[in-house]
Amino acid sequence: MALLQISEPGQAPEPHQYKRAVGIDLGTTNSLVAAVRSGAAETFPDIDGNHTLPSVVHYGAQGIDVGSNAKTRALIDPGNTIISVKRMMGRGLEDVDALGGVLPYQFVANAWGTNEGMPFIKTRRGAVSPVEVSAEILRSLVSRAEETLGGDLDGAVITVPAYFDDAQRQATKDAARLAGLKVYRLLNEPTAAAVAYGLDQEGEGTIAVYDLGGGTFDISILRLEKGVFEVMATGGDTALGGDDFDRIVARWMLREAEVDESSINPLQLREAMVEACRAKEALTVGSEVDVNFGQWRGTLSRGQFNGLADPLIDRTIRAFKRSLRDAGLKASEIDEVVMVGGSTRMPRVRERVEAFSGRQPLTSIDPDRVVAVGAALQANVLAGNKSADDMLLLDVIPLSLGLETMGGLMEKVIHRNTTIPVSRAQEFTTCKDGQTAMVIHVFQGERELIRDNRSLARFELRGIPAMSAGGAKIRVTFQVDADGLLSVAAQELSTGVRSSIQVKPSYGLNDSDISRMLKDSFAHAGDDRDARTLLEQQVEADRVVGALAAALDKDGQTLLGKDEYHALLADVESLKQSRATGDAKAIAREIERIAQSSEEFAARRMNQGIRQALSGQKLDDLKEF
Amino acid sequence: MVDLTKNYFELFELPVSCQVDQQYLSSQYRALQRAVHPDRFAGDDARQQRLSVQYAAHVNEAFNTLKQPLPRAMYLLKLAGRDVDMERNTIMDPEFLMEQMALRESVSAIRSTANPEQAIERLAGQADADIYQYLQQFEGFWLAGTEQDLEQAETVVRKMQFMVKLATELDQLESDFLDD
Repeated sequence: MALLQISEPGQAPEPHQYKRAVGIDLGTTNSLVAAVRSGAAETFPDIDGNHTLPSVVHYGAQGIDVGSNAKTRALIDPGNTIISVKRMMGRGLEDVDALGGVLPYQFVANAWGTNEGMPFIKTRRGAVSPVEVSAEILRSLVSRAEETLGGDLDGAVITVPAYFDDAQRQATKDAARLAGLKVYRLLNEPTAAAVAYGLDQEGEGTIAVYDLGGGTFDISILRLEKGVFEVMATGGDTALGGDDFDRIVARWMLREAEVDESSINPLQLREAMVEACRAKEALTVGSEVDVNFGQWRGTLSRGQFNGLADPLIDRTIRAFKRSLRDAGLKASEIDEVVMVGGSTRMPRVRERVEAFSGRQPLTSIDPDRVVAVGAALQANVLAGNKSADDMLLLDVIPLSLGLETMGGLMEKVIHRNTTIPVSRAQEFTTCKDGQTAMVIHVFQGERELIRDNRSLARFELRGIPAMSAGGAKIRVTFQVDADGLLSVAAQELSTGVRSSIQVKPSYGLNDSDISRMLKDSFAHAGDDRDARTLLEQQVEADRVVGALAAALDKDGQTLLGKDEYHALLADVESLKQSRATGDAKAIAREIERIAQSSEEFAARRMNQGIRQALSGQKLDDLKEF
Repeated sequence: MVDLTKNYFELFELPVSCQVDQQYLSSQYRALQRAVHPDRFAGDDARQQRLSVQYAAHVNEAFNTLKQPLPRAMYLLKLAGRDVDMERNTIMDPEFLMEQMALRESVSAIRSTANPEQAIERLAGQADADIYQYLQQFEGFWLAGTEQDLEQAETVVRKMQFMVKLATELDQLESDFLDD
């Protein structure tokens, strides 16, 4: 477990010091961590020199293993070895069933004992949620990064597939929270890949990101317009990847060796798959390769391999075509193609993509690492290590958000492809006399009937003042932040009463789940929960002290009256003192108090930022004449 | 919070007008987002991040309102004290309603026509032309600015909304056909 940074009491960390910021590619098959060091982004290897960490977690009798060690257990102890957990994030049991293939796990009911929500996986170390499994992978990456960077991390950018809905994004963010990692931003994987190639600085254009990984294929069409990245369309095949190419070569070998596939045992099949994978990789550079299976010896040429691979590649090209059509584009309108995923090393894949798109695909960055590299570049900017002046990634919400209305219809409140952050208010009224509560059911998706869309959460509003039917007017505000995550607030308009909102996520974890898991993870790390709470408050206090002190230093004299200035200076001092007391609750109260006392100052600074941004614009305009 | 109460035109330092210089609007938008976007405050405390999400959402809303003609026209009416409730879209003009019914019939007949794509294109062209014409009318009424003119402007906006909806449906229909 990562320990949080503690400064000497009264000495807040300098706000401008170098921040340890990483980019994390939390993949289905493999995960990576990268950071910018001496100006260049690089992924970090483990002690054996491997950059990729297999996304596999083994719950053993002795302890929890992550990565290659866990992967070796997959054959021996499949029931306690969790692979491809990303496919279960923010998903229900019925989705997991629909993944096809029998998963060797036993699933158990969720915390509230019903069949909804994310399934928990039964292991010998107890039932674990997919979020906890992901947190183990994150912890492993974090400790690798901390060893390399020589200290605790300040924050991370974590990548997610562009099509991830709110529940899947929330689950990813919850995993980071469990791992004690501050998330600067969830970034779309294709956007990260485009950033790695510096395409965000190109002005405008249409970019296709072709991502053929170990087990999945994703295609994304991005539109870049003056620093705004818009995901125009995404598509792919969740059951197509490098493994399928191995299988097709293994089948060819068995045919050539005149071995009946049904007659061999699992170990021999595995042997064939390993040999097939070796042959495939050898053909990346060579024109032919010798292959062996048992007593049989043979040769596979590049041409033969291409013939075997083409039907699989055809499927990716079809998905590519479909996505272009969804985006309303022709292949000739693509400006750049970015290659992601180890399987794009196959020369045949590159040839076919080039032939289809008419563009030479970008391959100079290692396709296994390109997403992590892009995430690291963005993390470096967000941490403030590099000026943010020339980089602004605005994402769009991938799926519409809406509410259930009469008759099971979906009323869209925020449409897909709306630039985020976004905030929309909707007014509701009561339908019965004296009604004091109401339920709002939120869905995500494009279909007209809610049953065809995904349920995100139920919000229960309570404390509505009792009035006659239709008398109360409740304004519900839906806000989607820069990570694509939804939050909801409600207010009764005639009385100004703020209704309390209880959120029951459909596939996510509620707050009590999370605190239980946090508690479990402390127990498991031999950590003390109170000490952890105190540390978290102290870190937040340091952020407030650092940010407020820097703001006062910069703008205090110009934006504040003398009294206001001195009052806030005194607040900074008193927060420093309260931080040193070691009383978590007192620190939290003081942070809350200062949040209020400094609110006006913060707003004035934002407004000043706006004025300066616009006047800077004018100067730029003038220069053009 | 001063700037959040400014009207959208003031926020972008644009004159309150029916015509908006799209290029200028976009470049002001990017400058504003650079100043307020949460990415600028990723390492800051929670309060600052909430504040910046609010500002960035407001800037996005303002941009989307000013960018497209229909929301812009509705917003101009709102600034003139007329909050158009589009949910209660009642148009009494029988001639207009007849026209709409005829258009609807053409749309539902598209699937059975010999060349649906051509039919869609023709109807979409008509919708665009109508929208453009309504915009011209709206500007005239809005510039004149008397209560009576604004009343007229509101009617034009309601008609325009019909056509914008039709154009969106035609878009959808076109992509459905491409999928088949």
